Amino acid sequence: MTRTDPLDVPRPDARLHFGVFFQGVNHWTVWSDPASGSQIDPANFRRVAQTAERGLFDAFFLGEGLRLREVDGQIHDLDVAGRPDAITQLAALAAVTDRIGLVSTSNTTFNEAPDLARRLSGLDLLSEGRAGWNVVTTDNAWTGANFRRGGYLDHADRYRRAEEFLTVARAIWDSWEDAAVSDSADAPSWAAPGAVRQVRHQGPQFDVDLAPTLPRSAQGHPVIFQAGDSGEGRDFAARNADVIFSAHGNDFDDALAFADDLRRRLRAVGRPEDDLRILPGTEIIIGATEEEALEKKRWIRLQQVTPATALGIAGLLWGIDLSGRDADGPLPKEDPVAAENDGSFGARRIADPRQVVAEWREKADANRWSLRETVIALGPQRGHVGTPEGLADKFAHFVRHGAVDGFNVTPYLIPDGLDDIVDHLVPALQERGVYRTDYTGTTLREHLDLREPLTHRTTTDRRRAG
Amino acid sequence: MSGPALRLALEIDGDGAHPAAWRRAAHSPDQLLSPRRLARVAAAAENAGFTLLTLDDGALPPGAGPDVVGRIGAVERAAFIAASTSVVGIAPVVPPTYAEPFHVSSQLASLDHISAGRAGWVVSEETRPEAASVWGRPLVDGDAARARESRDGVEVVRDLWDSWEDDAVIRSVATSRYLDRDRLHYVDFTGDTYTVKGPAIVPRPPQGQLVVFGSPDRVPGDQLDVALVEGRDLAAVTASASAAGTPRTFAEVEIALDTADATAEERVADLEEHGSWSDRGRLRHIGSAAGLAALLGELRGVVDGVRLHPLVLDEDLPELSRLVLPHLFERRHAVRPLPGASLRTHLGLDRPANRYAAAAAQEDAR
Ligand SMILES: Cc1cc2nc3c(=O)[nH]c(=O)nc-3n(C[C@H](O)[C@H](O)[C@H](O)COP(=O)(O)O)c2cc1C
Repeated sequence: MTRTDPLDVPRPDARLHFGVFFQGVNHWTVWSDPASGSQIDPANFRRVAQTAERGLFDAFFLGEGLRLREVDGQIHDLDVAGRPDAITQLAALAAVTDRIGLVSTSNTTFNEAPDLARRLSGLDLLSEGRAGWNVVTTDNAWTGANFRRGGYLDHADRYRRAEEFLTVARAIWDSWEDAAVSDSADAPSWAAPGAVRQVRHQGPQFDVDLAPTLPRSAQGHPVIFQAGDSGEGRDFAARNADVIFSAHGNDFDDALAFADDLRRRLRAVGRPEDDLRILPGTEIIIGATEEEALEKKRWIRLQQVTPATALGIAGLLWGIDLSGRDADGPLPKEDPVAAENDGSFGARRIADPRQVVAEWREKADANRWSLRETVIALGPQRGHVGTPEGLADKFAHFVRHGAVDGFNVTPYLIPDGLDDIVDHLVPALQERGVYRTDYTGTTLREHLDLREPLTHRTTTDRRRAG
Repeated sequence: MSGPALRLALEIDGDGAHPAAWRRAAHSPDQLLSPRRLARVAAAAENAGFTLLTLDDGALPPGAGPDVVGRIGAVERAAFIAASTSVVGIAPVVPPTYAEPFHVSSQLASLDHISAGRAGWVVSEETRPEAASVWGRPLVDGDAARARESRDGVEVVRDLWDSWEDDAVIRSVATSRYLDRDRLHYVDFTGDTYTVKGPAIVPRPPQGQLVVFGSPDRVPGDQLDVALVEGRDLAAVTASASAAGTPRTFAEVEIALDTADATAEERVADLEEHGSWSDRGRLRHIGSAAGLAALLGELRGVVDGVRLHPLVLDEDLPELSRLVLPHLFERRHAVRPLPGASLRTHLGLDRPANRYAAAAAQEDAR
């Protein structure tokens, strides 16, 4: 790829933002590698966060899953699993990092707004303004079996609850005036009279009347992330989020189309087009040469998609239990069985298995691929592969054309999987002027170059108008 | 009285046990909720030789009117402290009255991982009716109902800590299996008001089970590792301790010490002008460091440890660390925790076998 002329692009001054997503449950973490460390040892969380901070990343992310995955009613045993509570882990990282943002994925269905708002505020204060909240909605009754309410929210209601949840959380975050707490022990009271407002909210999902317990942080309140890809999810992001954590970061045209779609939605709700950062999750595989990088990718894919994993993935597509078959042999002869719900959770729903299987057969025949090779070649294509220089040129192109604002990197190896990126890719990006050379702020909101929180803006605007 | 050496715990919520403690704190009120303040207190207490720090909490503001109304969640503070200390045990107060037991279990298990086995749990109750609104749940009304929620909460949280056997992660490259699903267990808990399926999402905590502290009047003794016992005098504490029926007992002791600037009496009187240090039926020592050391010496053999609630942390903690703890350690009336050991080890408690692994082993033996 040729070097982009920085002046001939829509966003010549754009900077790339990096986050790191410490993966919880997935088959992309290569646990079989001898260098692969524990998924629960706090030292590994610290190591990844500190490496990311050395690489001037904006944020360290944790995902959430509130029930162990199952396939056909049995606990899925092939992938890494077992992770800490996100906010608890991040509060610990607040003590051993200085600048990096700390983002918790926390769902709005099996939490209560006042409790989660308080926990996130606590993280924001302990980190002095570095907290973020990735808002996700959980829509299955199956997860509900671990909670007092049980499974109670149908698909249509989950974003409605999420929206009301956020309204309550924001009311709580905004309930203390700035400088509410006195700066003198001789003051008449610890907090200035009237500086803490009672929060009252009555709605279909929440009925609260409470005295909030926390002041605002250095960044006002936690940065809001959203992860969800449906139209409803994107509209929710357009109305509420500061950052969207998307799955559209591999292909330039797809990423640009997604970004344009979001910009349309932002305009429709009256927000500036540049008000939302787009950070797709991505894997980055680096080699000293293109060939080396491709060879490394091939090796990594084989570790990720083991024979058993290949059979599992194909089994979901076919709707048939394929365990025990030969993954390195040909594709199953059987026709797929279209199942409405296969009893598997955490798996992608496949719209038309017959069509997909027909396509797989055709490509496998043409390329003489085994089942496992087919799963690898035709499964979701993730991430970017190349030399530091090639990737830096490519990412500069992505960001300067407004296709993304950065990436949320998902290392395939814990705890060292980020080292390559920080040591080699980051300097190449800095050389091209698309990556910061130092933190210029202390809060996550500053790192992401965001305006003040949406609710604060409306109050200011209202004050100005009134 | 003589007996085995005491374990020393310190309650470090806010600025101290008196509601107006903030008026005598060494920092300005708006620094109370800063991470630096928290880290400083934790470091001072760890260096002094305390075995355990506890952090009070609840969904409602800690005080009212002129006093402190702000408080960061105890679990978040505990995790922060765990990452910035290395030896001392850390136990947040978490009331299970309205909280989700699945979340409570995950948070506390995570704290144990983060601290490499130094975590405990102080079980408390949300007694004020306004707490129900914070949680959006129906009021849990009356002692019996709250006791029911505590009992069910502790039971399911403990079930979940056992839902992963210690060796559930097998990383069997040959078979492609990361987990042995036979070593993961649905807890299928059925309580009076809810059910929980399990297993946990957090692997079994390093201690197997965190050390659970609570009042034996509120939580059944067989669910507690350590009873926190009250009583206004030695006789009352002795009676409560011997009735507790728990593996260990800690006496609750409120203290105010003489300092170079003011006597304990004067310090208390100063704060009493702003509000009262309500009598919770606990031992209280207002006076010299030597007097406190003597009182604690007398508690040896009555209880296994004490939890100190200082009037004002910034004034009493320096006295404790300069005069009281060294004296107790010197005479072997109390012990310092050892680096690298778990909180269970510090309290002389065994690491419990996993109930499922134990059951399987028994099955094998038949
Ligand atoms: C990049 C990405 C990451 C996600 N991470 C999580 C997660 O960690 N935990 C979770 O429960 N859901 C996660 N989700 C799921 C979403 O919150 C949402 O439930 C799902 O995408 C369905 O919503 P939708 O119909 O709007 O896409 C993630 C989604 C995306 C796109």
